[in-house]
Order: sequence, then C-alpha cells, then structure tokens
Amino acid sequence: MILADSQQRPTAPRAIWLLLHASAVFAFLYLPIAVLILYSFNGQGVGGFPPHHLTLDWYRILFADAAIWDAVLYSLKLALAAIVIALGFGIPAALALDRANFPGKTVFRRLVLLPLILPGIITGLSLSMLFKLADVRLGLLTLVLGHGTALISVATTEVFAGLQKLDRAQEEASLDLGANYWQTFWRITVPNLKLPIIGAALLIFTLSMDEIAVSFFLIGRDNTLPLEIWGRLRRGITPEINAVSTIIFLFSLLTIVFWYRLRSQSAPDVGMELLDPPHENVNLSTNPNPAD
Amino acid sequence: MSATPAQKPTLLSIRNIAKQFGRNVVLRDVSLEIAEGEFLTILGESGSGKTTLLRIIAGFETATSGEVWMGAERLDQQPPFRRRVNTVFQNYALFPHLTVEQNVAYGLRVARRPDAEIEQRVAEALGKVKMTAHAKKKPSKISGGQQQRVALARALVNRPNLLLLDEPLSALDANLRRQMQVELKSLQREVGIAFVFVTHDQEEAMVMSDRIALLRSGELEQVATPREIYSRPETAYVAQFIGHTNLLRAEVRDGVARCGALSWRTSTTDGPTLFSLRPEHLRPSSVASNGTVRVKGKVLQQAFHGATSLVRVECADGLVLVMRTSSGALTAQEVELEFSPADAIPVRESPERS
Repeated sequence: MILADSQQRPTAPRAIWLLLHASAVFAFLYLPIAVLILYSFNGQGVGGFPPHHLTLDWYRILFADAAIWDAVLYSLKLALAAIVIALGFGIPAALALDRANFPGKTVFRRLVLLPLILPGIITGLSLSMLFKLADVRLGLLTLVLGHGTALISVATTEVFAGLQKLDRAQEEASLDLGANYWQTFWRITVPNLKLPIIGAALLIFTLSMDEIAVSFFLIGRDNTLPLEIWGRLRRGITPEINAVSTIIFLFSLLTIVFWYRLRSQSAPDVGMELLDPPHENVNLSTNPNPAD
Repeated sequence: MSATPAQKPTLLSIRNIAKQFGRNVVLRDVSLEIAEGEFLTILGESGSGKTTLLRIIAGFETATSGEVWMGAERLDQQPPFRRRVNTVFQNYALFPHLTVEQNVAYGLRVARRPDAEIEQRVAEALGKVKMTAHAKKKPSKISGGQQQRVALARALVNRPNLLLLDEPLSALDANLRRQMQVELKSLQREVGIAFVFVTHDQEEAMVMSDRIALLRSGELEQVATPREIYSRPETAYVAQFIGHTNLLRAEVRDGVARCGALSWRTSTTDGPTLFSLRPEHLRPSSVASNGTVRVKGKVLQQAFHGATSLVRVECADGLVLVMRTSSGALTAQEVELEFSPADAIPVRESPERS
C-alpha cells in the first residue's frame, strides 16, 4: 500500500503537465487554422476580436475574383499533368526496382529516390538554369516538367510498396492460365495496384497543389494558387484569402476521407500472408528468363 | 520406371532434369515419364525439390539442364502461357479482385473464346466442383475448402493435357483433407486428365496415386505403384518413409542371412545387406506354422492405433522389433515372434546426401 501510494502521488501532477503540454502543441497546430476559418466568415474583415456579424460576403467576393480562379485552374492543370508524368515514369521505375535485376540497380534506386530529400530550391534553381540554357520560355510546360520530375520519387515509393505486398503467385496463376506477360500486367498486376496508384495520385495532387519552392523558379506569366495567395499577402491580408484557404482545407480533408474510405472498402486479399517458397521473379518484360 | 502402365501412351517425358540455385543443387538428373490419364504423385520431404520439379513443368522455373517433352513438343522452351498445362497453387492464388465466376472464366477470356461458350463451360466447371451457388462471391468471402474447389475449376475449365497440383490440400484441416482426397481422386477419374500431385504426406500419396515418385534430396529414390512401393521398397529410405518398418542389418553368406540371433534363407548375394521387415509381417508364433524365423523377446511398449496396435519387442541380443497386431493387447511379458523369410525384403542403403 505504501509503495503504491508513493508511486501514485507524483503521477497526478505529471498527468496534468502532460495534458497541458499536449494541449499547447495541439493549440499551436490547429488554433491558427480555426482562426483562419472563423475569420473567413467575419463581417469586419481580419481585424476585431471577437469576430461578429457572420457573413458569406468574402466567399461571394472570392467567387467573383477572376484572378483567383485563373490561379486555381492553372494549379489544377499543373497537378493533373504532374500526376500523369510522375505515374508514367514512377510505375515502370517501381516495377524495375521490384523485379528486374540489372547492374547499377542500387545507384538507380538512389537516383530515383533522391528528389524526395532534395530541397525544392535546388530542384527549382537547377531546372530554371537548364531551361534558360535550353532557351525554353518559362510557363506551364516548365512547371509541369518541374513538378512531374520532382514527384516521380513519390509515385515510385508508393507503387513499390504496393508491389512488395503483391502475391506473386497470382501473376504466375495468370501466366499459367494462358495470359501473356502484357495481359497479366493489365488484368492482374494493375488491378492489384489500384490502391497504391490512387494513393500516389492523391499524394502527388496535394503536394503539387501547395508546392512553392520549385514553382517559384519555374513560373512564367501566370500564377499558381499558392503563389497567387503569397503575392496577395505581400499587399496585406484580406478575408478573401481566409476564404480560399478554408476551401483548400476542406478540399484536403475530403481527399483524406475519400482515401481512407477507399482503403477500408477493399476486401482483405486472399493468401497474401502465406508466402510461396522462394522462387525466381516473374519478369514482365519481353525476356522470360531474368538473369539470376 | 518399369511400372509405367504399358497400355497408356506417354504424355509427358522429363529427361535428365537438373536444377541449381547458385551453388545449391535442388534437382539432379531426374527422369520421369507420365502416362496419359495417370495420377502421379511426387512425394518428398520439404527441401527434396518436388515443388521445383513441378515449377519446371509449369514453366515458372528454368532447368539448369535437361529437357521436358510433351509428345513431340519440347515444353521447357515454351513460356508458361503456351503450355497445355494448368496448375492448382498451394495457396490457390485466386484473383482477389475477381468473383469466383470471373476467376474460373479467366483462362477462357484471355483465350478469347466466344461469350456463350465461356458462360457454358464456366457453369459446367463450377457445377463439377459444387460451387455454382457461390459464383458471384469474391474469393475472400468463401472458405478455404471452397477456394480449393474454385482453384480446381479454374484450372480444369481450360481442359489442359496435364494438371499440376502443388500441395493443394496442405492448408485444409484433417477431416476436410480426407474428404477432398476422395473427391479429387474421383474428379480425376471423371475428367481423365493426367494429374501430377505434389505432397509430403505419404498417406495421401498412397490413397490417391496410380504411381508414386519418391524424391529425396533432388534425386528419385523409386517410382512405382503404391502397392509396389510399399511391398517392394528398393531402398532403406523408401521403406522407412512409406509406412513403418524394421530395418535388419544382416550378413549374408551362402544364401543365409544372419542378424544377431536371427537367421533365414535368402537368395540375395553375399555380403552385408539391409532387410526391411514390415511390422504386420511379424506375429506371435504358433505351433502350426512351418518354415518361419522365430525369436523370443520382452514386450517393451504397446501403442494402440485403433484397428491395430504397434508392439515394441526387445530380443535377447538387444535388437528391437516392432510388430503390428490386430488381436488386442498382449498380456504376456515374454513373447515369441515369427516371420516368413520371404517377407524380409533386401533394400539398398540410402547414403546421406546434403
């Protein structure tokens, strides 16, 4: 009893401190967002506390603001093109890393994954110098190339993780049933990679939508949404910015919810946990006998 | 190989197959003929190379040397999708994103058969394995035994020349397993397709097979019918792997084998010889019998196995014999056993292999 007492007494203040600490961290993280959302409905603009006279005026102004909508559209175009490029190169790269054996594979892997840790400022600066040398006019094309290449590594890691979990016996079963390598890839491999591919696309989309560093160096005449917002902030904060930020926040939230629902809906796969005895890789390229 | 059913033509011919993974030799010089409509079991412990042999036939593995022929066609140079061979995988490998019906239809779809034909053949195949009621379900929604049936239907619907089965029953519990053994065997008779069945379970091999190919450390020990492999084992390993046996290390001289206090007439050539004597060929001696080998001993232990019991008897010189008896428990501590010399089968020693 005495022992238990002496152990219990100090835990009470400790728990309180822990609670305070956690609350402070969460407040620091989420209070600004809450304020941002709240003031997007504030009739008196950014000034004044507590906010009163709730209104949708700022949203009305926002929807009438052509410059913002141009920026949104521009960013959407950019993000979609970045998804296509990143997946178009990232999926083959992931396949090569998962199942092909070739000299320099380690170097290849590091090179593919490097942009993940490379600061955006380096990527942006070097690309802008390259485009200057090649005499390419900065604009949507340079932005798309910048975002697309920088995000290949994201697509590669996501798809690679999916491939690692894939039951290879399924691909063998498909070959066994008469499907060639190409049919097996489209009918079995890709459907089983649906989730990682969608996940990668969503991730690339959000990363591209709020990218600033790379965009800054590669931007032409038109602004992306984050750069448009940043440009306006230099002229002073307006509740319109709060409104557009609130919409971005809700959009991100919806994306996350959508992603989680997709994940929980997919039924647990058969036989995934029981791995086959060690066997050679099924090669999906034209060469059916991969070098050992 | 002498046991190839003479009346049936050879379907598949495996010639001098060897397989190495790096320095690890998995198969060495395996030759085997499979007849049309035959149920052949490749039996072996884990690591004996049986799954590798199956994968070479299916085309998922390339042999280091040797050839596989199907009729006049060299099979081992074809990709898996061009071989008229289908496989039932160990964990079924059903496609999780397709329904039972779509799984079964897969082979016909990629072969671009007409829709009407696909529908009819899929329905027929599902009927054959009693899975019609589950046609629209995803594989994750049916039991292991049912997945097993779907995997069978998916392979058989393509009417292959040869069906390969890689320990297909190992994931099922004992009762279901016995039931599936019977069903699988009758299904094979019904469709008339040759089956190559891989298992480590000797009882399963005995129950189901027309012939058993016993593989040990990458080499074939014996290929024979279950009856023959049981009653005429060629090596000590075969005798021990299939059922119980007593191995008697004897010295043969002038047509007489001697093992401790035991001696019996044999036609084996002179020299040290191993004999296999099945427990059921030993019995308590009776006055009436003639020409048997007799030995006195002490009962060490009796193990009840239902229909029979296994009795361990220690003979005077320390030799321990196991006897199978169906006549209930022995009451006496001292017994005299006998066996017919013809039941002591000379077997080759099985040298240790890595």
